[in-house]
Amino acid sequence: MKLIFEKSMPGRRAVQRVPSGVRASARIKPKLLRERPAELPELSELDVVRHFTGLSRHNYGVDTGFYPLGSCTMKYNPKANERIARLPGFADLHPLLPQLPGGEMMVQGALAVLHEMDRLLREICGMAAFTMQPLAGAHGELAGAMIIAAYHRDKGNRKTTILIPDSAHGTNPASAAIAGYQVKSIPSSADGEIDFDQLAEALNDEVAGLMLTCPNTFGLFNPRIKEIADEVHGVDGLMYYDGANLNALLGRCRPGDLGFDIVHLNLHKTFATPHGGGGPGAGPVGVVEKLVPYLPISLVRERPDGSLYLDYDPPKSIGYIAPFYGNFAVILRAYAYILMLGRDGLLRASENAVLNANYLLDRLKPYFDVPVGRPCMHECVFSASRQAKKGVRAMDIAKALIDRGFHPPTVYFPLTVPEAIMIEPTETESKETLDEFIAALVEIARLAEEDPEAIKSCPKTTPVGRLDEVAAARKPDLASL
Amino acid sequence: MPFIANTDAQRREMLEAIGLSSPDDLFRDIPPELRCRELKLPGGLSEQEVHAHLAALADHNTTGLVSFLGGGIYDHFIPAAVEAIASRSEFYTAYTPYQPEISQGNLQAIFEFQSAICRLTEMEVANASLYDGGTALYEAIMMALRVTGRNRVIVDDSVSPIYRTMIRSYTRNFGIELVETLSGQGLPDREAIRRQLNDQTAAVVVQNPTFFGCVDDATDIGEMAHARGALLIVSVYPISLGLLKTPGAMAADIVTGEGQSLGLPLSFGGPYLGFMASRKALVHRMPGRIVGRAADSQGRKGFVLTLQAREQHIRREKATSNICTNEALCALTALVYLSLLGKQGLRELAQTCADKAFYAQRRLLKVPGVTLRFPGRWYFNELVVDLPLPADKVIRKLLQRGMAAGFPLVRYWPEMDHSLLIAVTEKRTKKDIDLLAHLLEAIL
Repeated sequence: MKLIFEKSMPGRRAVQRVPSGVRASARIKPKLLRERPAELPELSELDVVRHFTGLSRHNYGVDTGFYPLGSCTMKYNPKANERIARLPGFADLHPLLPQLPGGEMMVQGALAVLHEMDRLLREICGMAAFTMQPLAGAHGELAGAMIIAAYHRDKGNRKTTILIPDSAHGTNPASAAIAGYQVKSIPSSADGEIDFDQLAEALNDEVAGLMLTCPNTFGLFNPRIKEIADEVHGVDGLMYYDGANLNALLGRCRPGDLGFDIVHLNLHKTFATPHGGGGPGAGPVGVVEKLVPYLPISLVRERPDGSLYLDYDPPKSIGYIAPFYGNFAVILRAYAYILMLGRDGLLRASENAVLNANYLLDRLKPYFDVPVGRPCMHECVFSASRQAKKGVRAMDIAKALIDRGFHPPTVYFPLTVPEAIMIEPTETESKETLDEFIAALVEIARLAEEDPEAIKSCPKTTPVGRLDEVAAARKPDLASL
Repeated sequence: MPFIANTDAQRREMLEAIGLSSPDDLFRDIPPELRCRELKLPGGLSEQEVHAHLAALADHNTTGLVSFLGGGIYDHFIPAAVEAIASRSEFYTAYTPYQPEISQGNLQAIFEFQSAICRLTEMEVANASLYDGGTALYEAIMMALRVTGRNRVIVDDSVSPIYRTMIRSYTRNFGIELVETLSGQGLPDREAIRRQLNDQTAAVVVQNPTFFGCVDDATDIGEMAHARGALLIVSVYPISLGLLKTPGAMAADIVTGEGQSLGLPLSFGGPYLGFMASRKALVHRMPGRIVGRAADSQGRKGFVLTLQAREQHIRREKATSNICTNEALCALTALVYLSLLGKQGLRELAQTCADKAFYAQRRLLKVPGVTLRFPGRWYFNELVVDLPLPADKVIRKLLQRGMAAGFPLVRYWPEMDHSLLIAVTEKRTKKDIDLLAHLLEAIL
């Protein structure tokens, strides 16, 4: 499709001018003005609407079809939450209003949402308190790493290092590094678990903490998790829980009970807020009692009379990490979602997420290699190494799935599995959808044996074929100027 | 059960197929002693009940105020087509575009967003978005440290105090020397900056218009910085660029800003939109996702995420940033907004805001005792007035009458306890401005 700038017609417009209604004209000194108007497109409203409607037809979302992207929890995003986020009582609320004298009483409804969400997440995760400030999962990780740093600084501990398993998401080491820590990578053993002996060996007085997902990126629950926590606590290290995979555990067990000290959640994964094509997300962080003083500013607190206020002055806080109160409209959607599910709905979510993943694992096992011969939790990992011997790689399988109407699973992650294919179906998908997906993958596995070229030339049904990413990076063309 | 598709019969069938007798067996890897008790949560509610509950909470907020609140977040009119397009679920229920062939819509939109930001700021490259204006500014500082290999940063205190508090938190765990210079008369104090510049300075950070609403031309600050090998970072309010001299024309190296004003609702603080642009030579040090043009084997043009060797999923602890999820849907929204306003529309909107603010300035100065805090400055759509009474007192009284008169600067500058920061957008009418003046006349 043409770029929107290429559709511009001089003199055409969409938005009509609003009369200013004042007899005043600001004549700012010419030296302070731009020389020529910004070259934005000149289009009618219909032009703009058709352009973006056209683009939307070249996109694939959960509403389009099955989206089993491992580790991303692409569950259905209920429409009710979208309407709630647009209620004028929330959408038209200026974030500085509570900072005006007398303004706090004008935002009690919004503060109640933040306060209630804190209470719900505490109970779900077994934590003492949550902050809603972090604006995405990785931002939550950074906040968590900053809390770790503040805790150790306060205690006078000299800690330099954060331990992270080699199967972890890249944001974990990146976040720890930005908080000022050295990162030590701990290998996973053959069953995808962090190697207990290597971990024990790496533990010393310089270790500030360990960052883990649970279930891990192989979709496995580590039965020794409590032992690991005890070891880390033994050197006054803190246990950090990356909540990417919490969907598997909802209502079954709680990070706090497993020995974790800090938890970040991805509301856009576990709690069904839309991914938006790459955001906005929200990454609330929960902590155990001893870390509550370090939570970022501001915190919603309750007065004896039941009214709510914002505390800007917790003395040991890591400070401001976001301008206001987190991605409020995302938190709002997640809050509505939890209320709709309730206690039993959360249990049913984890049950169906795990059931769907195990059903896929069981049905696909004969056709693809399985790095770990154990039932999984909410996602399952295969290796296409058998197909790779025929020249069909994980990426080829992904592209063949596109031609069969599915969004591909995550490929080449975890990094420790060759030709990894990581499938997370989520609880909102039906058995019929899973059966169709299984049938497609079985057919692809058969073709990989019989006619590898048919797979390697996919996708054929999309507006473009495989794009040359190497050439794109070598000669970057990043904007139409 | 809400949002669960499998029927009881299907669940039994699936359990049987995988050789399990009970759903509890699915969780057999969790040792019994680690399982939790039943959660103390309420039972599930219907959509109707949840909507009613949230609608009641929304009603506990006061949104009908005549508001002159700004401070970086502005109440602009949002055309209906913006929301209509941003509500298309092909966009909003998609993930980050890792599979380009079925994400061309999102990828092309990001490429167009990057292009629009470049055209607006007159810079050469832009990224796909960051969380908000404050984290974008922090990321720009980190980028400047990487580009220069230095560790000292000068931030003028006419930069948003909200952003400055964020930068202080983020830089606490590093050996960064953060120097905050005191502005003079609403603009960065050139002499103060000159005194602080040295050969270890990575960047000078300014904002235009400043937090006090004063319009500046930072070209000379850029020259000073460049002469010492430091970068110029400018934080901007994108609507103002409909009129004002661009950071590109000031020879800025990195430009950031808060994109909320480009079609995003106030929503009590988020989600908003951080943007970042820079000179092309610096792009390999830029944080965040970047989309580039590419071609397939048949020569068809398309778009991909590119220069990923900078990013956390490849470089892990050596990445330029830890950012993964950004604000893609907000970037799309901003692009739609800019496309609807267009070349003329944005310029006219900026002029309308400036005209109304100019009227407000003239009208308010007729109120006995009201003076301009920074006389002789040029303003875009926000200005600081000094009142004969403490601003907090005045604001409290006006709030009771349904008006948010502005932001009290005493919150960040203790000595400015009589100063009120007033923002005017196209949504404020002459009547609103006159009412503000009348109410001030009545209580002062």
